[in-house]
Amino acid sequence: MRIRTAGVVAVLGLALAASGCGGGDDDSSTPAAKESAGAAGGKLVIWADDKRTAALKPFAEKFGQDNGVTVEVQAVSKDLQTNFVTASQQGSGPDVVVGAHDWIGNMVQNGAIEPVQLAAEQKAAFNETAIKAVTFNGQLYGVPYAQENLALIRNTDLAPEAPKTIEDLVATGKKLKAEKKVTETLCLQVGQNGDAYHIYPLYTSGGGYLFGTGANGDYDPKDLGVGKPESIEAFKKIGALGEKGEGVLKRSIADTNSIATFTGKKCAYLASGPWATVDVKKAGISYDISPFPGFAGGKEAQPFVGVQAFYVAAKGKNKALAQEFVANYTTKPELAVALYNAEPRPPALTAALDQVKGNDPDLVKFTEAGKNGQVLPAIPAMAAIWDPFGKAEAAVIGGADPAKTITAAGKTISGQIK
Amino acid sequence: MSAKLSGPGSATRNPGREPAGSGLPRTPRTARNDASVTVTGLAVKVVLLGLVIGIAVWAAFPLVEAANWVGLGLLAATTAGLCYLYLTRRHIPAKYLVPGTLFLIAFQVLPVLYTASTAFTNFGDGHRGSKDDAVVAIQTASVKQVPGSTEYALSIATEGAPATGPLVFLVTDPNTGTVSAGDAGGLRQLPAADVTVAPGGKVTAADGYTVLNFGQASARSQEITDLVVPTPGGALRSSGLSRAYEGKAIRAYDAGCDCIRDTETGKTWKADESTGAFVAADGERLAQGWKVTVGLSNFTRVLTDENISGPFLGTLIWNFAFAIGSTGGTFLLGMFIALALHSPRMRGTNFYRVLLILPYAMPSFAMLLVWRDMFNTDFGLINNLFGLGVDWFGHDWTARFAVILVQLWLGYPYMFLVATGALQAIPSELTEATAVDGASPWQTFRSVTLPLLLVALSPLLISSFAYNFNNFNAIYLTTEGAPFPADNPTNGATDLLITYTYRLAFGAQGAEFGFAAAISLFIFTIVAVVSAVSFRRTRKQEEVYS
Repeated sequence: MRIRTAGVVAVLGLALAASGCGGGDDDSSTPAAKESAGAAGGKLVIWADDKRTAALKPFAEKFGQDNGVTVEVQAVSKDLQTNFVTASQQGSGPDVVVGAHDWIGNMVQNGAIEPVQLAAEQKAAFNETAIKAVTFNGQLYGVPYAQENLALIRNTDLAPEAPKTIEDLVATGKKLKAEKKVTETLCLQVGQNGDAYHIYPLYTSGGGYLFGTGANGDYDPKDLGVGKPESIEAFKKIGALGEKGEGVLKRSIADTNSIATFTGKKCAYLASGPWATVDVKKAGISYDISPFPGFAGGKEAQPFVGVQAFYVAAKGKNKALAQEFVANYTTKPELAVALYNAEPRPPALTAALDQVKGNDPDLVKFTEAGKNGQVLPAIPAMAAIWDPFGKAEAAVIGGADPAKTITAAGKTISGQIK
Repeated sequence: MSAKLSGPGSATRNPGREPAGSGLPRTPRTARNDASVTVTGLAVKVVLLGLVIGIAVWAAFPLVEAANWVGLGLLAATTAGLCYLYLTRRHIPAKYLVPGTLFLIAFQVLPVLYTASTAFTNFGDGHRGSKDDAVVAIQTASVKQVPGSTEYALSIATEGAPATGPLVFLVTDPNTGTVSAGDAGGLRQLPAADVTVAPGGKVTAADGYTVLNFGQASARSQEITDLVVPTPGGALRSSGLSRAYEGKAIRAYDAGCDCIRDTETGKTWKADESTGAFVAADGERLAQGWKVTVGLSNFTRVLTDENISGPFLGTLIWNFAFAIGSTGGTFLLGMFIALALHSPRMRGTNFYRVLLILPYAMPSFAMLLVWRDMFNTDFGLINNLFGLGVDWFGHDWTARFAVILVQLWLGYPYMFLVATGALQAIPSELTEATAVDGASPWQTFRSVTLPLLLVALSPLLISSFAYNFNNFNAIYLTTEGAPFPADNPTNGATDLLITYTYRLAFGAQGAEFGFAAAISLFIFTIVAVVSAVSFRRTRKQEEVYS
């Protein structure tokens, strides 16, 4: 009996080990089988976030079938950029990654992505701002497919007219508040620690800037605008709208409740982007979209323009195929339209925008609102801005002295920029 | 492997040898034999050992591929050791200790050692790979299309078998329609009669060449990317599989001066091995750097940077207050409720127990976010319910009070549970005896119940303290460290050391893992010292009361 026990242990152990090997073989033999069935196969791995994965899948599969290769779209639901940079360092990253253009600086300094060479006519098919956004150090690093920026969404039942200036907006808001139709004037998310992205149109209208531009048109991290007299002036105006002033900007309005407050009809205006329209439509609110207004007599209110793009991984296993997919396949309008259907952001390809704008007037309005926008800086130094700038904003809105606060924020930021 | 190892095992299990062969006492031996032949025991053993071997085999392939022979040897030795251990009859204590020890090494010791070793490097964004990686990245990033050059339609072909033959680029000039074949030797024009060209300009067939489809070509992706066809103006490179362009790498590494040279401007960036970056004479550094050992500089930065050392003491004091407040508060509340429900006069205790455990049953991650929204000044439940207008997270002390309150709510059910258990373990004779001796309930509690409770709960209190000392979520998901002084956005009133250092290490220009590791070691030291001292005191207490 005991001899048998040992034998059984040994045999079963070996069997399990063998099945372990077998399992490993299965993985590698599947593409091999396809190889012999179709053409000799390469494999392309794409990483995207959840929403886009679903939209990409049919197109990726079609690309695979047309060309006799296997294409895998994998969803990375959290921290896509960090995961991508880490994985490509380990050599286990994808061939293509889909993400926001302000990742470029960090991905380039980590050697994670490679330039894409587009022909002149391919470039011309894109919106100019989108191409500018994915250009870094004079090189094109990605192929843009969608663009997004802030605009002012208003409830037309409460506020039929688009405000020309912030002062107009405040006056209308005050009236509505007095009539007890709303409880807040403007739903612009601030939060306890501020939100640099959403306050940016007001900051630029007040005269502030983040980085100056160098000779070649790129942002120059050495010319920091935060802490300069213009930025203090801008924040004085923002502070006047704050909790101790007009009470239009409030820290209690945050990313978690700003859209919900608008759809709950507690405020007539919402500062948000294309992603908000889904919720607004669902709430059945009659709305309209207009450019974000600036201060009366101030400069133009310029929102940040962000771009979503496809990138070729520098350490991918199949770079030639990845280049082919990104440079020659994602530049086609069909894919841009499908991605638009997955999430309504204006396509960066002019042809694709023309195709969808007939059914969706919002797109044109958002594009219009972003026309004078500024491309969100992709330089690594931008990472040092968000946190201190947002906190300074929150402090000023809470009633702190703008001069002292912004000077300190400028000092902190410049201390963190290498 | 396991078959061979089972040899000695089966020999010792030979019934004929057993009475004389073993020096172990007979009774336990028989008991063990009985146990080992049960079907379940055998099955579990087989499955677990099989899994171990399976995992080892699975892990061996990447190690072989990477030629990591030390790792492979270690893997083989560990697996062999495990098989021997569980197939032999000897080493009974080791059978119990080894799994725990292995997990301790894998999940505690190695991460700590790795963190410690990272603390001496500049590992972080921009400094992740080796110097060679950085050079490759700089060179590829500098390849630019030669101005005014032609864009060719490209087909990948071979002279010979698709999978092995030497690669050739078949390129069509869109202006003239001429087709050329290019390889490392350069371009040579092909006679128009020998080639078939599709409408887009792509060559579909050529005499003497096999044109590859995308599938075949992508199987040789690396070679295609590496193939550069020299031309007078620069070099022909592939852009994907259907276009080629004339490009030129503007920047190149020069081993002679250990620098990167820009061929257009002549500017050079010299390698600086102390910072892991290429730096120009004017101080400009290239973004792509590499990982180097920086010695103690991460540690000295923690001690000398006034942004860090300045608010350090205040943060440390609040950190202790938070950890003690959270642990002490939850303990007192939990114990109080446990005592109340322990009273024999209490009715419906099960009902109350279920209710009280509810906060513990909900995921703390979600609850922290819900609490954050409940403290909202204008829309929060708390202000609305009580008709207040308190800016909870806007003032130092209200924010601190709020985060401790949230911790109290989240943490008391645990203390209630463990205190209930410990109370039931205290013999009722003891409390009855004090009652007979005429002690008041307070005296009974003070001199009998509490000390006995503390003997049981002290280790849990210490671990709860250590946990709360580093309770990142409690702060990061509620206040994020707010409120911040207007003139200092780096250090807020509710910041713990861990949230504060997280901001320092990851909030600036990219992640700085080396620096973060150095700070973690400081925090590790603080927590370790506090825990060691507490455990020593607990042991003394146990000696007194047991």
